[in-house]
Amino acid sequence: MAELQFREAIREAIDEEMDRDERVFIMGEEVAEYNGAYKVTEGMLDKYGFRRVIDTPISELGFAGIGVGAAMNGLRPIVEFMTFNFAVLAADQIINHASKARYMLGGQLDIPIVFRGPNASAGQLGATHSVAYDSMYAQFPGMSVIYPSEPDDAKGLLKSAIRNNDTVLFMESEQMYGMKGEVSEEEDYIIPIGKAKVKREGDDVTIVASGKMYHIAKQAADQLEKDGVEAEIIDPRTIKPLDIETIIESVKKTNRCVIVDEAHPFGGLAAEAGFLIQRDAFDYLDAPVRRVTLPDVSAPFSKSLFDLWLPDAKQVIQAVNSVTYRG
Amino acid sequence: MAKKQQEAFFTPIGLENSTNGKVEKSVDLPEPTEKSHKDLDLSDDDVLSMYEQMYLQRRFEERAMQMYQKGKFGGFLHLYIGQEAVSTGTVFALNDDDDIITAYRDHGWGLVRGVTPKEGMAELFGKETGCSKGKGGSMHFAKVENHFWGGYGIVGGHIPIGGGIAFANKYQENDRVTACFFGDGAVDQGALHETLNMSQLWSLPCIYVVENNGYSMGTSARRHTVNEIHERSKGYGMKSAVFNGMDVFTVYENMRKIAEEVRKDSKPWFVEIRTYRYRGHSMSDPQKYRSKEELEEYQKTDPVERLKKYIIDKKVAGKKKIEEIEERIEEEVLEAIDYAEDSPFPENEALFEDMYADEPHFHDRDDFKGF
Ligand SMILES: Cc1ncc(C[n+]2csc(CCOP(=O)(O)OP(=O)(O)O)c2C)c(N)n1
Repeated sequence: MAELQFREAIREAIDEEMDRDERVFIMGEEVAEYNGAYKVTEGMLDKYGFRRVIDTPISELGFAGIGVGAAMNGLRPIVEFMTFNFAVLAADQIINHASKARYMLGGQLDIPIVFRGPNASAGQLGATHSVAYDSMYAQFPGMSVIYPSEPDDAKGLLKSAIRNNDTVLFMESEQMYGMKGEVSEEEDYIIPIGKAKVKREGDDVTIVASGKMYHIAKQAADQLEKDGVEAEIIDPRTIKPLDIETIIESVKKTNRCVIVDEAHPFGGLAAEAGFLIQRDAFDYLDAPVRRVTLPDVSAPFSKSLFDLWLPDAKQVIQAVNSVTYRG
Repeated sequence: MAKKQQEAFFTPIGLENSTNGKVEKSVDLPEPTEKSHKDLDLSDDDVLSMYEQMYLQRRFEERAMQMYQKGKFGGFLHLYIGQEAVSTGTVFALNDDDDIITAYRDHGWGLVRGVTPKEGMAELFGKETGCSKGKGGSMHFAKVENHFWGGYGIVGGHIPIGGGIAFANKYQENDRVTACFFGDGAVDQGALHETLNMSQLWSLPCIYVVENNGYSMGTSARRHTVNEIHERSKGYGMKSAVFNGMDVFTVYENMRKIAEEVRKDSKPWFVEIRTYRYRGHSMSDPQKYRSKEELEEYQKTDPVERLKKYIIDKKVAGKKKIEEIEERIEEEVLEAIDYAEDSPFPENEALFEDMYADEPHFHDRDDFKGF
């Protein structure tokens, strides 16, 4: 095992795949000369040159679409968005083209493209820079959505994503780039897309959380442990396909579930997983499933409001207390 | 794979083989106007007031930077330092009810359009007394009652909105002119091109202004966009201009002329004002993409110093008067900091305020146990 920062784990995955496969290249704003806005691509230009590490203008729609066309025509692009908050400008290419062209054309071609970059909020950046998009993209068929919480998952899943023959959205949280974790040194380390991981075992309640929210859930679980409540944490790792079986299995054991989701409440991961749990594990539930999400309000700038807005461990504990009828 | 691999570089053609730290000069400054303030019908008081405005923007931001470094507030902080002649010259050239909209580098624009230093500093601090009640922060200064429609954080995202403000003015036949400002990086956005086309098609009374400060984050203008920016206008048959933005009189002279024309014939303009930003793109930018020499070269054209020198050389006022102004401004900025510090953060309930104009409808409001 090697101790790596999140950004280093992602870089390793990209590096290994570019090394292995000539068709893989990376492009995006400031990825080459600037070494990446969040330094994910540091050193890449020196290693692979201007042919395969490509700076783009601030033209999200354009370069996303160029990526889609290149993917149709035999390449395997990794398109970096400075954040997924700016990828909404490219949503037409992602949603209407990357995810649909294969189907529309009767399966005549593949579109093996990875769109990646920071997701959700990174601090007090105001309303346009603080949205979690994983659930939104999961609405659309034809793509996978990955939102890893730890460097090890990031590396293994990104390598899978790059080899995947369909559109993959790979979301990273800016606040996690510097976070360190043990990463497998196994040669060609691959984690399959669509497999949740039980990251902590417990009998009293199931907490489902991915990406940045996993760390909030962990904080809550640490606190709950002191109060004698053993929480099991399931990190879905991929939002779509969602490994609902692993979640259901856990809920059948704990009989209670709290879902923590960085998105707004309407129609997100929490809504979907909550629905599936009541459908498939209704008889096992001792309390209604609860969710902790953002409020149905855009991101405020002010520190005081921002801290209220973002889900925190306190809210997770409250939700656990509610499903365990402890107050 | 390709046969001629060595030729397949997707490096921008604008500059030859640029590398970190060794970048060619990013923007050429056209000559400033030679006219004196009297030639431009500006009184001595106008000139002093311009100086005051520019000095305020400069000091406000220098102090804001200090406060940021002290950890008094978070988020992004994009400083406008070096570009003050653009905001000031424009605001003096336009009528007070002409409309202005800009991107996230917006402190200067806010201040010169009537956001008080107190309201501005409080906004940076995220306090409820801020110009946007602490909801927007550095990137979203606004004072709509003064026709300053605010700063926006998505590059190019506000360009169509500028067109829309102009559309409404034409619709209402109110004779107001809109000035929509954005950076050189924004000219690569599709939104610009769609908006220019419709503006020309419908004769919208709008001036689209590229504040070309040489860089889009770490990428010099010549490396992110092809050809001369102002020549984009040709494709739309739109009137255009390019001029120096380090000299407040030059900005004033050109913007006044253009605004007058727009008011007369309602035909849009596409304008490139060349200027320079002294600080990094934001506070987290190590600026490896440009040399110290380049920065120093442009600092020789500093708009604030330039106007000060003019005032003294042309005997518009003496050194003492200038010092008086500077001291007063410094005082005002320090007061603003105290005010921001002392102001309260918004109440928790404010999280749900301002989301809707009418009957609020929050999905699953009761489930939110944040407080
Ligand atoms: C659509 C979009 N893409 C990327 C960004 C990130 N970003 C913010 S500012 C910036 C550079 C813009 O430069 P320019 O338009 O020249 O304005 P300046 O900062 O020089 O005033 C970038 C890439 C963003 N805010 N919005």
